[in-house]
Amino acid sequence: MSSVFTPSPGAAPLPRMVGAQTSHELRTLLRNGEQLLLTLIIPVALLVLFSSAPLLDLGPGRRVDFLTPGVLALAVLSTAFTGQAIGTGFERRYGVLKRLGATPLPRSGLIAAKSLTVLLVELLQTLVIGAVALALGWSPHGNPLTAILFVLLGTAAFSGFGLLMAGTLRAEATLAAANLVYLLLLVLGGVVFPLTKFSGGLRSVLELLPISALADGLRQVLQHGAGLPARDLLVLAVWAVLGLALAARFFRWE
Amino acid sequence: MITSPTYTQCMTPLAVDVNALVKRYGTIIAADGLSFTAARGEVTALLGPNGAGKTTTVEICEGYRRADGGTVRVLGLDPRDQALRARVGVMPQSGGVPTGTRAGDYLRLIASFYAHPVDSEMLLERLGLTSSARTPYRRLSGGQQQRLSLAAAVVGRPELVFLDEPTAGLDPQARHATWELVEELKTAGVAVILTTHHMEEAERLADHVVIVDRGVVISSGGPPELTGAERQLRFRARPGLGLDELLSALPPATMAKESPAGHYVIEGDLVPELLASVTAWCASHGVMTEDLRIERRTLEDVFLELTGRELR
Repeated sequence: MSSVFTPSPGAAPLPRMVGAQTSHELRTLLRNGEQLLLTLIIPVALLVLFSSAPLLDLGPGRRVDFLTPGVLALAVLSTAFTGQAIGTGFERRYGVLKRLGATPLPRSGLIAAKSLTVLLVELLQTLVIGAVALALGWSPHGNPLTAILFVLLGTAAFSGFGLLMAGTLRAEATLAAANLVYLLLLVLGGVVFPLTKFSGGLRSVLELLPISALADGLRQVLQHGAGLPARDLLVLAVWAVLGLALAARFFRWE
Repeated sequence: MITSPTYTQCMTPLAVDVNALVKRYGTIIAADGLSFTAARGEVTALLGPNGAGKTTTVEICEGYRRADGGTVRVLGLDPRDQALRARVGVMPQSGGVPTGTRAGDYLRLIASFYAHPVDSEMLLERLGLTSSARTPYRRLSGGQQQRLSLAAAVVGRPELVFLDEPTAGLDPQARHATWELVEELKTAGVAVILTTHHMEEAERLADHVVIVDRGVVISSGGPPELTGAERQLRFRARPGLGLDELLSALPPATMAKESPAGHYVIEGDLVPELLASVTAWCASHGVMTEDLRIERRTLEDVFLELTGRELR
């Protein structure tokens, strides 16, 4: 007797599983209004607002050239850290991660899909922010590959800490903390307010934040055409190793 | 019945083999030397009061938790073996679906993880979910959420499925649709392990019933074995009949009880004369009986007898 349920077990090829999960995660993100506010609307609004109105003293040079690298850094923060922490935190809370663990999609495949999703959203953010910036008169310099290296390192660092938070705290706590961290780093990390406004001691501490290293590194390259801002790269690399190691050690799936 | 035996099926006739399982959470002992087996192509029901250790046992078999002692083999493998993920379907008690995801999208996503999935549209249709396919999970009714969860557990054409309270909160139509699906899985050769609080469900579906209490198996067997061949005479009548007087009119070794009020059960050698004596006694006392019937004990009777009536 033949039935559609006659056992015929088997896993799909890994690339197909990762592709399906990535497409699912992307659709979920793009359908989520709060996520879009965080990842696209706020960065673009900050860029437009501070570029067009002299509300802040942004130092010498054109305002948009200073702002665009900072807003790109903020975009990476919003997607890799805040969005991922909140999304994954609630997936853990609702048992989504646990249930996926009972399917053939391996954990490494799920993490690959999440990383791919973050990178694709960042690509979309870069295109939109870049287009708006160009319309505002932005003239980027430097080697784009160096800028991409910074974005990748920043993504690794923020993903590590975002997943660490999602995998250890309660979902509500993650929601609150991830938004708070976003706000603090926005204000204190040289995103739109230059770090030169802070006094020497505080400033040298703030410069060690991952967002400062990312914003400053992108600014060195895109605004000043620097080759390879080694200090920022090193700071970011340390945060990336630390974040990913802690997440790998402490992340709990349920 | 195994319809398409494969090499591994021939090697390991047992779908699940749990032997002397021990699991502790701090000072609480959830499983205390628990043993049972489940055969392929059969439905095995795990019954037990809340907190008896059913979900712990099932989650260890599903590879979610580690046992503290004993051995557990699932399709002949360690339950944590990643190779089992493609061969075993899991329906958790609740949740596990992203709240904003549409029912149809979720089932297609899960289907895409398997090499030879069942057609998603057909499965949605079978479970009455076609019209809700575009509804986000959080806006489905509880019963629809349960059915989607069931669909996701079987879409990969597994050899073994674990269903944790698959009909909890379902209306009668949905319950019957679920039962029919479980029966079809069994006919197709799938091993089904289900936990349930519905004795009627276990009686109808299960080939093998395992009753768990306080972390151990207190009884197991096919439903007829558990309920026994012994039959009972049951009827309803006005409360407070004089049972001692009734018993004096019946053969010795006959037993009678009223539980709850107005519901009478008589156990003993149920020969035609006994039935005649009972009805004659009732007639002489002006007692009209209702729902007079002779039947086997139900699984619920056995369950309550074994696990007690007190609330947990």
